[in-house]
Amino acid sequence: MTTTRRSRLTLRVLALTYVLGLLALPILVILYRTFEPGIGTFLESIRTPAAISALNLSLTIVAIVVPLNVVFGVVTAIALVRWRVPGRGIIQAIVDLPFAVSPIVVGVSLIMLWGASGWFGGLEGSTGIRVIFGLPGMVLATLFVTLPFVVREVEPVLHEVGIDQEQAASTLGASAWQTFWRITVPAIRWGLTYGVVLTVARALGEFGAVIMVSSGFPGVSQTLTLLVHSRYIDDHNTYGAYAAATLLMALAIATLLLMTLLDRKRSTR
Amino acid sequence: MTATTRQPERLLETSPSSEPRAGTSPTRERSRPRLAPGRALGVGIVGLWLSVIVLLPLAALTVHSLDDGFAGFWEAVTSPAAVAAIWTTLVVSVGVALLNTVMGTLVAWVLVRDEFPGKRYVNALIDLPFALPTIVASIVLLSLYGPNSPIGVHLNATRWGLAVALAFVTLPFVVRSVQPVLIELDRDVEEAAASLGASNATTFRLVVLPTLAPAIISGAGLAFARAVGEYGSVVLIGGNIPRQTQVVSQYIQQQIEIDRPANAAAVSVVLLSISFLTLFVLRLWGSRAQRREEVSP
Repeated sequence: MTTTRRSRLTLRVLALTYVLGLLALPILVILYRTFEPGIGTFLESIRTPAAISALNLSLTIVAIVVPLNVVFGVVTAIALVRWRVPGRGIIQAIVDLPFAVSPIVVGVSLIMLWGASGWFGGLEGSTGIRVIFGLPGMVLATLFVTLPFVVREVEPVLHEVGIDQEQAASTLGASAWQTFWRITVPAIRWGLTYGVVLTVARALGEFGAVIMVSSGFPGVSQTLTLLVHSRYIDDHNTYGAYAAATLLMALAIATLLLMTLLDRKRSTR
Repeated sequence: MTATTRQPERLLETSPSSEPRAGTSPTRERSRPRLAPGRALGVGIVGLWLSVIVLLPLAALTVHSLDDGFAGFWEAVTSPAAVAAIWTTLVVSVGVALLNTVMGTLVAWVLVRDEFPGKRYVNALIDLPFALPTIVASIVLLSLYGPNSPIGVHLNATRWGLAVALAFVTLPFVVRSVQPVLIELDRDVEEAAASLGASNATTFRLVVLPTLAPAIISGAGLAFARAVGEYGSVVLIGGNIPRQTQVVSQYIQQQIEIDRPANAAAVSVVLLSISFLTLFVLRLWGSRAQRREEVSP
């Protein structure tokens, strides 16, 4: 369509106003409010004991969730692509399920399964492991919401590389294990890395599912996202909430940059 | 940057197993090796993993929603506060999906067909809502449209506040779904229409829009599905006022807080059904559109 200069400018202004008003402007305001009192105040605010413990807890959850998702995600992807297992469609639907479930519903479901009156509620009495309102609950919530990422990033790569090299390796006498480490792993490494980046970003940023299963005590069971919430709502510490949000935002932007970089790497491979 | 958006779009993909079945299946059956013991173990582990993490929680939710029988379930989901929360959520989500249908298509159009300095950065900015934690989205919007608004707009604890929050988190869906189709769009047809005397409006309505429609609708559907379940981004700006700005997810959270787990489970099942139904309809519709495209030359 050949548009006149005027109509093109109108469209451009409309689109940019919407994007800038909704995305860019609020972010600039919060950055300004965070750094207006000086960078020292910002650092002080994210170095309080509660903030450090929140960062530690968030990183602990990431450190538990990522390896689990890598191992089980890769096995699931291989099973889906290579093994011709019965019921593939069903497995695929289950892997996609977490995308369709509201974070709050994830939390409620976990309470119904692991909570005191849930199906596995007896676990706490018999083993003393507290799932809901403890670290295991937060890990389970994060696992639920991040489950699809590794599978969904590795699966298409496995499809694409095909089985020629793997077959050649096994013809030449490589064991299944050797073939996996020498052929399959190098082939899927960028897809896997991408899946891990998405997992880390979501694990750090998850709020709804985690707040439902956390006891939320400052310095004990608050993740970074819960810290932002409680500083704003419970402590009326607006500045502290801005500062913690800025820290999370920096992590999100780093993720975004990393993804762009990886994307380029994947396409030039 | 398109890779981030593949995540939600996958919900609509018809599974790769949709290879033609009729002709090729006998040979495939014959060449299919039986599952080796090691693989059987692997499949068992995968099944166990998916069950413990995803299926069992959802099963427990569904069963617990019927703790007080069907009557109890019905009572929980038809209580005035629950109905009000569901209604608020649906109204605002439909509104936001429509807004982002129009604005998302417009933004995609400008990003593909227009040239201006800094376009690359605007394009990168679109993905931000996908990467930003929802609670950060909430506080970010509050800083501009909340009580201390520097521009004097106060949307805190109003339905407009909800709408802004949901518009923020769902903006990428339509843009990222329409953009690739627009890039692939054959401009010859548009030029032909123009040379035959069609006005811009006519060309857009009869030539461009029909091609974009499937992408627009799938983007809007995903945006709606995301909006109905959203919690983090509305929690600070929404106000959580029962029967006014309380959305379903906040109502469910409140029911857990006041120790009414059966109510929370029942309303959760309703919310889950709304999301599933939306995605199911989109998927069905998507595969039908795909088939129609394959049939027509």
